[in-house]
Amino acid sequence: MRSTGSYAHQRCVACAQNISNQKLVQGILDSIPSPEAACLSAEDISPSSNGPRDDDPDDLFAEATEEVSLDSPERQPILSDGPSPAITPVTPVMISPRVDVFDRSPDQDEDEEENRDTFDIQISVSDPEKVGDGMNAYMVYKVTTKTSLSIFSRDEVCVKRRFSDFLGLYSKLASKYMHMGYIVPPAPEKSIVGMTKVKVGKEDLSSVEFVEKRRSALERYLLRTVKHPALLKDPDVLQFLESSELPRAVSTQALSGAGILRMVNKAADAVNKMTIKMNESDAWFEEKQQQFENLDVQLRKLHASVESLVCHRKELSVNTASFAKSAAMLGNSEDHTALSRALSQLAEVEEKIDQLHQDQSYADFYLISELLGDYVRLITAVKGVFDQRMKAWAKWQDAQVMLQRKREAEAKLQYANKPDKLQQATDEIREWEGKVQQGERDFEQISKNIRREVGRFEKDRVKDFRVVIIKYLESLVHTQQQLIKYWEAFLPEAKAIA
Amino acid sequence: KIYEPEVHSDRRKWRMRSVSVDLNNDASLVIDIPDALCERDKVKFTVHTKTTLSSFQKPEFSVPRQHEDFIWLHDTIVETEEYAGFIIPPAPPKPDFEGPREKMHKLGEGESSMTKEEYAKMKQELEAEYLAVFKKTVQVHEVFLQRLSSHPMFRKDRNFQIFLEYDQDLSVRRKNAKEMFGGFFKNMVKSADEVLISGVKEVDEFFEQEKNFLLDYSIKIKDATAKAEKMTRSHKNVADDYNHISGALNNTAADNNTAFKNMCVLQKVEDRMASDQELKLTELLRYYTRDIQAAKDLLYRRARALADYENSNKALDKARLKGKDVAQAEENQKQCLQKFDKLSESGKKELTSFKARRVVAFRKNLIEMTELEIKHAKNSVSLLQGSIEILKSN
Repeated sequence: MRSTGSYAHQRCVACAQNISNQKLVQGILDSIPSPEAACLSAEDISPSSNGPRDDDPDDLFAEATEEVSLDSPERQPILSDGPSPAITPVTPVMISPRVDVFDRSPDQDEDEEENRDTFDIQISVSDPEKVGDGMNAYMVYKVTTKTSLSIFSRDEVCVKRRFSDFLGLYSKLASKYMHMGYIVPPAPEKSIVGMTKVKVGKEDLSSVEFVEKRRSALERYLLRTVKHPALLKDPDVLQFLESSELPRAVSTQALSGAGILRMVNKAADAVNKMTIKMNESDAWFEEKQQQFENLDVQLRKLHASVESLVCHRKELSVNTASFAKSAAMLGNSEDHTALSRALSQLAEVEEKIDQLHQDQSYADFYLISELLGDYVRLITAVKGVFDQRMKAWAKWQDAQVMLQRKREAEAKLQYANKPDKLQQATDEIREWEGKVQQGERDFEQISKNIRREVGRFEKDRVKDFRVVIIKYLESLVHTQQQLIKYWEAFLPEAKAIA
Repeated sequence: KIYEPEVHSDRRKWRMRSVSVDLNNDASLVIDIPDALCERDKVKFTVHTKTTLSSFQKPEFSVPRQHEDFIWLHDTIVETEEYAGFIIPPAPPKPDFEGPREKMHKLGEGESSMTKEEYAKMKQELEAEYLAVFKKTVQVHEVFLQRLSSHPMFRKDRNFQIFLEYDQDLSVRRKNAKEMFGGFFKNMVKSADEVLISGVKEVDEFFEQEKNFLLDYSIKIKDATAKAEKMTRSHKNVADDYNHISGALNNTAADNNTAFKNMCVLQKVEDRMASDQELKLTELLRYYTRDIQAAKDLLYRRARALADYENSNKALDKARLKGKDVAQAEENQKQCLQKFDKLSESGKKELTSFKARRVVAFRKNLIEMTELEIKHAKNSVSLLQGSIEILKSN
């Protein structure tokens, strides 16, 4: 069922969606007799250049002016091994480039919901293994993907990846999608201190905790990435999850979360340096930006509170254990037999409670604190995307200014009577007219994308939080029920003091 | 006891009323502290007495007393020679509002940078802490008076009666007392106790055992108290954190979900658990650390009496040798022996009843603490499960 030809067909469709040239698309569609004879063979598609590129004008996959809505209702049929009708629905979307920017998202969201129900992919990151020794050592993680989605070549794939591979993946996705307004989930942060301990070979509790924390973060990162409908189908993502060998990501300094942050900040700088301040005609964007600013502040506060909780809970555990020992000694010293026994029992109960506190603090941490950390980083990505839109607007405005200049220059030349220069000026005018049009299209597209992305993000956020909070509350319930058990067992002992 | 706090508009004034549901065993003299007012640093306790004894002028009356008055009463009793053979109930510790005061300071400083909800929450925390300190200090002052009233000798003490009845300010008397005794006992180096007590050549089996027990137990209970205090403080910190978290969660929740609001109720439950644990367990340990010290003080006095007796023997021998002042020396020796015997006799009774009292108190408090912990935990569970239901059904 899953022949390579078919797979290439699927990948080709994914690329085909990036094609802007109408004629090319028509030609492709006309030439397809059957789904198996893919438009272009897999070899024609260079795997590393699937992102839209601005530079090469001869590139077939040049600059996607219209990023076809990959969440469109037609997606599912596209991805299945269906007959040719699957291809056709793609056309209408591509041929009509001027989609209403103020698309009413609720319709789209409903369809997204449908798609989400059939979203079937499980990813786990496990079995951290240390490879090598000393400062050159690194951890390798097993990444297992279980899925029934057809874009994957197998039901279950296992690969080995190291941390820099994850960073490399994020870097590629960010450079491909962020400027289009897609919220690309950031990879976990590097940690020099944490890693050095692991490299040096300290087998203590803190390095074990560090590795576990990282493993869990990497897993969440991948899950968030594939939850994004566009990223799920990205060839880099597929390659990351499936191929046994991955080219080593180079210069991971630039690829770290911080590096991407710098990229984001550069966009922000560009925005700040704009000579013409953006006249926000769309209140939605202004409102949303403000909302995200507030959310950022709130989340950071919350994160700080939770970290405080984790710390205090650990303290409580330590102090309870210490009290338990002291109570035991007091029991030994007590000369009244029944009271002495009761005190020893009390010491035992407190010891058990100490263990409960420890377990609870793990839940505090892994469930809540890490989730909050993830969202603080995600919000940064969201803010970055808003900045990209401003950058797009600035580019459009700059093009308009340039066009105006060229027009003025042409008008001047008209009087100067220099025919050859006039021709050049006219050509330049045409060129810049094109760029202005392009700029406007880009801006509208990114605006549209952001609206959709933000809608999706907010839905996910509410769901994420709800799921995690439920889990957390359940852990609290468990702790309390254990407490009840212990104290109910102790009560008769206390009553037996005579 | 049921406490109902009343907060005046001036934050620095706090009043607490309590409704006593405890029945005092002996109806002839019933003392309680129904009311307390905290103004700045001073706490004014209302000491309420109901009595059938004819030595009092009225059958029921109340007087306002400060902490220093209690200390005065304690000191006069300690320095009364007749009571040397008794365990003197330990003085209540000074009311310690340092914790709440710190919080109030923080509240005042941070008011401008907090949201309305955060401010309200901190204020809530503050009130809870004040209430907790209040409960403790009232309890410990009350117990002091009740120990005195239930002791056959102390209840008849003249100064005790003055303390209960005198409707004027006691501060004049307090100053006089200080001048008289000059805080003599307080200035004594307590560490001399241990050396003196352990140095005594004990003939009496009972006292030998008691001495060994008290010396070891006092160390252990002091340690247990310190550890319990740390544990309770941590517990309170965790409850405080829940408070902040629930507030912050409210702000970030996309939907105005009541389940998130339940988190703040959860904080109240955690806080109650921590407070009750403190009241029943930590306070119990604190109290008995002091009581053990009082018992040791008794042993100290007896040991000193024994030393005096041994010295008087030596003096008598010397007098007999010299042939001078023999009668005087004999008289001295007889008195010393009498004192020592009296102390030993009453001391034995006191220490025996002390053990019984200690066992009863531990039993009562451990049971009450356990029952409260179970109650709070069950409360937590139902709250949490309610929240989970709401969240799941959304």
